[in-house]
Amino acid sequence: MSYQCDKCGSVQNEQEFKDHYGVCPQCSNYATLNCYERIGLVADAGSFMEIWGNDGFKDPLEFPGYQQKYLAAVEKTGMKEAVVVGEARIQGIRVMLGVMDSRFVMASMGSTVGEKITKAFEYAGDKQLPVILFIASGGARMQEGVVALMQMAKTASSVSQYSQKGGFYVSILTNPTTGGVSASFAMLGDIIMAEPNALIGFAGRRVVEQTLYEKLPDNFQSAEYLLENGFLDAIITREEMRDALSELLYMHKNTVIISKREEKAYA
Amino acid sequence: MLSLLKNKPQLEPWERVVKARTMGRFTSQDVIENIFNTFYELHGDRHYGDDKAIYAGLGKLGDTPVTVIAQQRGRDYPEKIERRNGMVLPEGYRKALRLMKQAEKFSRPIICFIDTPGAFSGMEAEKRGQAEAIARNLFEMSQLTVPVISVILSEGGSGGALALGVANEIYMMENAVFSVISPEGCASILWKDSKLAPQAAKDLKITAADLLSQKIIDKIIPEEASLERTCRNIQKCLKEGLYRNSRLSPTEIREQRIQKFRSIGS
Repeated sequence: MSYQCDKCGSVQNEQEFKDHYGVCPQCSNYATLNCYERIGLVADAGSFMEIWGNDGFKDPLEFPGYQQKYLAAVEKTGMKEAVVVGEARIQGIRVMLGVMDSRFVMASMGSTVGEKITKAFEYAGDKQLPVILFIASGGARMQEGVVALMQMAKTASSVSQYSQKGGFYVSILTNPTTGGVSASFAMLGDIIMAEPNALIGFAGRRVVEQTLYEKLPDNFQSAEYLLENGFLDAIITREEMRDALSELLYMHKNTVIISKREEKAYA
Repeated sequence: MLSLLKNKPQLEPWERVVKARTMGRFTSQDVIENIFNTFYELHGDRHYGDDKAIYAGLGKLGDTPVTVIAQQRGRDYPEKIERRNGMVLPEGYRKALRLMKQAEKFSRPIICFIDTPGAFSGMEAEKRGQAEAIARNLFEMSQLTVPVISVILSEGGSGGALALGVANEIYMMENAVFSVISPEGCASILWKDSKLAPQAAKDLKITAADLLSQKIIDKIIPEEASLERTCRNIQKCLKEGLYRNSRLSPTEIREQRIQKFRSIGS
């Protein structure tokens, strides 16, 4: 299998793509990763165990054409919904890991996505696991109407409940994170990170341009723009991601770690 | 009260959208002036500014002091410009949240009036963190230990409306609409033609009756020929709602709200 860069068109084979974490060696463009590639990059090999993998289609409004659209996405991706969640280990530390996959109806949030995210926070709260979410989404899934909209409140409430229990949540915003997902659980991490150059915002750029009739800065709604304006903790490259996560997880273990030598000195 | 709705004309969803947006229809401010004995406006988010799209303060519903938070569209064109037709900026959501936390501190119930086409979409809104401001409201509102009742007066536009909508009880005016996206937006994305908005308005199931049957909202408030009588209906529903909630403990109030949202789409 070969990979072609969306930006410069250069071609890599599978091994090169993996070696570079899906970052183009020619132009540094970040290729979109599917959820399995993403899990492979951060989780310890073979450690990911998916939960609620069979949660699938709901059509609360019986919206015209929605079922066909859903089935086409299933066909294309082999997934049942736009988010995969489960238990994993990152350099040995147990975590709840969730990954959204933008190939599936732009990873929009309908009732099943909202439900899986909510269950992930509830499960992690019960088992005292940290939550790591790789986020990408076009927003709420309009074919599910207000039921989809309400998933914003449901997921935000589940983050709130988890936070009350002292849980540690890292959200990693990848390209693109917009609309109702950016305005709910994405922006509620204890630590919020993003990949370089990821598009992150509430309203679409075209909508903003139409409202303003003026030119927007070139880096408008990029990860770098959000960092500059105070809405991110850090921008982390794919190469650094695994180490950054394991460092952060270690620093949130809530244990005082004292070396043998220090122990002697304090005794 | 539902029986009052029986003899009403059956409007198409799109006709209700048009009606909800028509200038001259009552605004939050008209309702507030009619149903509260006194109203004392409070300003500012204490971080950045005072968003005129949020009209908020302290009121007395009968003898009960409440915190009132409303999206205000403006009654004429100059006011619509000043208040951006009820499209809220991040500082507006942060002002709302500040007043909700204050209400919680003093054990005052919170009443929200929702009337917005959506959160403001502009460079300044993005720069100051529109997504974060809405997310924070959802996060914090879910934990409030005082009752929250939200009334959708005319238009409840997406996340911008929901940021005042994480309530124990949600009511809609008879001709109000509540939607994840504007019918025009939906039609232009799905069918590449915003003129199909009337069809989208139907398919999106955005009327009060649709949302009551989906158990998203709790009550439809009938509209009358005169503003005074419509406001009397609103006042009655709010008083009943506050009475129901007054029998719950702070923990029960929070739990009830969390469960209400937890069950949607589960």
